[in-house]
Amino acid sequence: METLKLTIDNKQVEVPKGTTINKAAKQLGIEIPTLCYMELHDLNIENNPAGCRICVVEVEKRRNLAPSCATRCEEGMVVKTHTTRVLNARRTVMEFILSDHPKDCLICAKSGNCDLQAMAHQLGIREIPGQEIAAMSTYKKDTSPSIIRNQDKCILCRRCEMMCNTVQTVGALSAVNRGFMATVAPAFEQNLEYSTCTYCGQCVAVCPTGALTEVDNTPDVLRALADPTKTVIVQTAPAVRAALGELFGMEPGTLVTGKMVTALRALGFDYVFDTDFAADLTIMEEGTELLDRLTRHLKGDKTARLPILTSCCPGWVNFFEEYFPDLKDVPSTSKSPQQMFGAIAKTYFADKIKVNRKDLVVVSIMPCLAKKYECQREEFSLDGNRDVDFSISTRELAAFIKQANIDLNNLEEGEFDAPLGESTGAGVIFGTTGGVIEAAVRTAYEVHTGKKLPKVDFNELRGLEGVRSATIDFDGLPINIGIAHGLGNARKLLNDVRSGKSKFHAIEVMACPGGCIGGGGQPLHHGNSEIIKARAAAIYAEDKKKPLRKSHENPFIIKLYEEFLGKPNSEKAHHLLHTKYFDKKKKIIVKQ
Amino acid sequence: MAKQKIQIIVCGGTSCNGNQSELLIDNLRLELEANALENDVRVIKSGCFGLCNLGPIVKIIPGDTIYTHVKPDDARDIVSEHVMKGRKVERLLFTDPVTKKVLATERELSSHKKQIRIVLRNCGIIDPENIDEAIAYNAYEALGKVLTEMKPPEVIKIVKDSGLRGRGGGGFPTGLKWEIAYKNKSDEKYVVCNADEGDPGAFMDRSVLEGDPHAVLEAMAICGYSIESHKGLIYIRAEYPLAVSRLKTAIQQAREYGLLGKNIMGTGFDFDIEIRYGAGAFVCGEETALIHSMEGLRGEPTVKPPFPAESGFRGKPTNVNNVETFACLSPIILKGAEWFASIGSIKSKGTKVFALAGKINNVGLIEVPMGTTLREVIFEIGGGIRYGKKFKAAQTGGPSGGCLTEKHLETPIDFDNLIAAGSMMGSGGLIVMDEDDCMVSVAKFFLDFTVEESCGKCAPCRIGNKRLHELLEHITKGKGTLADLDRLKNMSLVIKDTSLCGLGQSSPNPVLSTLENFREEYEAHVTIKKCPAGKCKDLMEYFIISANCVGCTACARVCPVGAITGERKEPHVINPNICIKCGSCMEKCKFDAIIIQ
Repeated sequence: METLKLTIDNKQVEVPKGTTINKAAKQLGIEIPTLCYMELHDLNIENNPAGCRICVVEVEKRRNLAPSCATRCEEGMVVKTHTTRVLNARRTVMEFILSDHPKDCLICAKSGNCDLQAMAHQLGIREIPGQEIAAMSTYKKDTSPSIIRNQDKCILCRRCEMMCNTVQTVGALSAVNRGFMATVAPAFEQNLEYSTCTYCGQCVAVCPTGALTEVDNTPDVLRALADPTKTVIVQTAPAVRAALGELFGMEPGTLVTGKMVTALRALGFDYVFDTDFAADLTIMEEGTELLDRLTRHLKGDKTARLPILTSCCPGWVNFFEEYFPDLKDVPSTSKSPQQMFGAIAKTYFADKIKVNRKDLVVVSIMPCLAKKYECQREEFSLDGNRDVDFSISTRELAAFIKQANIDLNNLEEGEFDAPLGESTGAGVIFGTTGGVIEAAVRTAYEVHTGKKLPKVDFNELRGLEGVRSATIDFDGLPINIGIAHGLGNARKLLNDVRSGKSKFHAIEVMACPGGCIGGGGQPLHHGNSEIIKARAAAIYAEDKKKPLRKSHENPFIIKLYEEFLGKPNSEKAHHLLHTKYFDKKKKIIVKQ
Repeated sequence: MAKQKIQIIVCGGTSCNGNQSELLIDNLRLELEANALENDVRVIKSGCFGLCNLGPIVKIIPGDTIYTHVKPDDARDIVSEHVMKGRKVERLLFTDPVTKKVLATERELSSHKKQIRIVLRNCGIIDPENIDEAIAYNAYEALGKVLTEMKPPEVIKIVKDSGLRGRGGGGFPTGLKWEIAYKNKSDEKYVVCNADEGDPGAFMDRSVLEGDPHAVLEAMAICGYSIESHKGLIYIRAEYPLAVSRLKTAIQQAREYGLLGKNIMGTGFDFDIEIRYGAGAFVCGEETALIHSMEGLRGEPTVKPPFPAESGFRGKPTNVNNVETFACLSPIILKGAEWFASIGSIKSKGTKVFALAGKINNVGLIEVPMGTTLREVIFEIGGGIRYGKKFKAAQTGGPSGGCLTEKHLETPIDFDNLIAAGSMMGSGGLIVMDEDDCMVSVAKFFLDFTVEESCGKCAPCRIGNKRLHELLEHITKGKGTLADLDRLKNMSLVIKDTSLCGLGQSSPNPVLSTLENFREEYEAHVTIKKCPAGKCKDLMEYFIISANCVGCTACARVCPVGAITGERKEPHVINPNICIKCGSCMEKCKFDAIIIQ
């Protein structure tokens, strides 16, 4: 590799050609403050529009200060990162940014977790000169089922735009207007609801300020819990337990399953269940569907379409309904675990505890914001009563726990309630990219071959590469598996399916980079991909220590089929656990 | 063209066009036909003469007679008197406002003195919609020479030796730019002509495109050959419909003649040109923003490097030059680098077109050698300040340039001297201000433009300029303090130092240069709360001098808000709390009793 030498703050450093000043400085242990810049290196995601100008440095022989995040090192360059000229520029620019930012930190959802607030603190800003005559740029508020946009707080870092366009290829957000009124918005400044937004929430996950936040449903949950006529049950998604601890000061990757259960019980939920149970159920339905399509396909049945696509990610479902409506018969018809849980809870379980479904409130704790939209889909309710009443994110749960003055760190380890709380390791790994398909393979292999798996771990399906593929030997029958996480990667695989070039039998898609562990409702990673890796490791660790690791071995699942559903893909199962998809390709609608 | 005895050239530039020069042309033709002269006299619609404040312009050859402010109805007199009887139509001749002399020819016009026309060589001479006329004036000869006699590095060497620097504002050496694009090997390269002329008041590019489009097409082809590109793109503002239509005609005609397209002049060189439209964003004159706009993306700049010559349009090496730069090229090729380098100053060669505007007698386009002094431009070519007022400042470089003052009058105008004086060349706008102009308001006015035109990408430009504007507004309202002046300066310097592109890096120039050159005026605004030029409404007060007031009540009657009271035949008084400073009373008073304080 070609390298070059330069001097930063009087220290020599040698870096590969193409390195930016910022990274070269880091190599010397010099931290140059950044604001708009963000990098998730294992996911190949980098945002450096050089728009905030906080990271400027002095480069000898250059007339102006240079943004260190976007300026490549050159041989013999002499850089000064903290001269008075630089410090004065940084402070003045920060004063500019703050002068156009609301000062409502007291009630801002991001307070304490805001990159802008942290930078103001780091630069020691205590007053904003000229604030009394400074106009603020204000915009209409936009509330969608999942995401709230308050562009008054936007600092034009463009991270959301990069996530939405470059990473997700959704194209819902881009810069609009110019000058002082420039901001990021859907086309024609319409509401998100009328845009191509999939509610994946990656914009929210990377927003440095309170401009993009989730819809807070904790007040709804609190009201339900406070209502003595309601039985309130909760389900928790697998990725939540691998990240919740971060919001209570624990190391990334700390599993808090038992403490979380205790906390939920302390919050007053009548039953604490596990979405992992429904994940096992999903595998039963989806795995059976896969084997059915595969068998028919191998027999030459032209109506059996392959590959089958997973359908548990609601962001992904929104994506193909918007961009690939012509392929809407390709994904599995199985509902997502959240909705399977809701459907079973409001029928089987409601009957069991003899509560009318209208008096049974189902709450889900999800790493995801699209789940809020998913549970509001019309097809997932009966006479206006939703299968899942409210979905709250990991972040909302943490805030809720703190409100109730519960110290998560010092809680006892609790156990999920039966019967919807029992799960296998296969259900747990749903939380990370590659997990759903690995779980499906574990079951499909044994069902198809009638043999026991020689090994349960499929390392070939794991990892963080955006698009992965592997061929699994089903006892002589090679099954080609594709995996994509991030919608931009999914689009690549979908384009192949559309053009008939896809060689896969089954494809798993997760809308968020890293899968659910990197979901839009998770604790903010602030651009640190090590956090995502730690969460993935926690998920696999939880799987490993489970006594049962294949969905079809879950005794409660077996019992559910015996008592209630019959067998996988039965008529009743179809009625309760399967769904259909719609053509949601946006026409040009201009609504205000 | 030589067959006719008389040619009547009518300016068809946008300004004259807007004053019915089309109708004038029709009328002239009808008059000629009525007198059976259509075969002897030819009417030509040309590009801009540069005499925009005198338009519509008619020039008659032979004799070079110039008629100004010609109306469509004047066609009859021009034909019956000048054409048929050989008598000049005296009433249409131009009277110099300074000397009061009647001037009959273009050469006699003071604005024509000291001018050398390289860029505007054919404007106002040829019919821009007729390629034959362009060819008669040597168009495409340089392209032929380049294609048949020279290799790309030889062309680049001539351009380098000529000392030509980019006329778009930055003044980057054109030959060097070409060389970098040439050295970056790629299967595809692009030549882009930046015709996104956005400086308010500047219209030299438009004039070239309207008056001599082939000059640009030819130069782009030469550039294409030199950097080994086969595709040219002209990025032009959609607000220039006439230039667009003439370009389209010119491109079509050049293709028909085999001067664009495949196998140009049978040499095997392919080069074609397409037009791309801009939506009028000032920032799209910045080359990276321009390229993004052409790619269908939001027109905002990105960090350089990479420069377009490495990675430009669609990620391919791209050479961007502006219209005026291209228009210099064929004369350089035909007459040689030494000829071009012999004109101008030491580091800035050739000529520069300026758009004179403001409080000056001769408003319009002029082309002068680089190094001409500001005094020559304003007082000799420009005919001095209007109404005999005193010269105060000249703003060069458009809205993001700076003000030059009396002390700069002897400064030879070129790229480097202007930067040294705290201003810049920009695209060549030159706005002259007189004693009545308030420099704080002037800075605010220019900032108003940059605030509007910032793309909003980087914080200092997006927010900082707005804050500067607000503070200036504050000062012109009499609410500023001395400390605010320091803050103005600090904000300006930081915005310049930290902004992403040239727009933000230069937008505080008007503030900094007025602050530097007219500090006392700023201080008057913040300390004694007065505007010395009497421009800032909030800082002035209408006042009746009792001694002069005869109590005629005219002022009280005209006052729209009832701020003036007084008995008949008694001195009146203005209540400053009610007065809205509209000035009606002062206009009405016949006794000079009302003054501004």
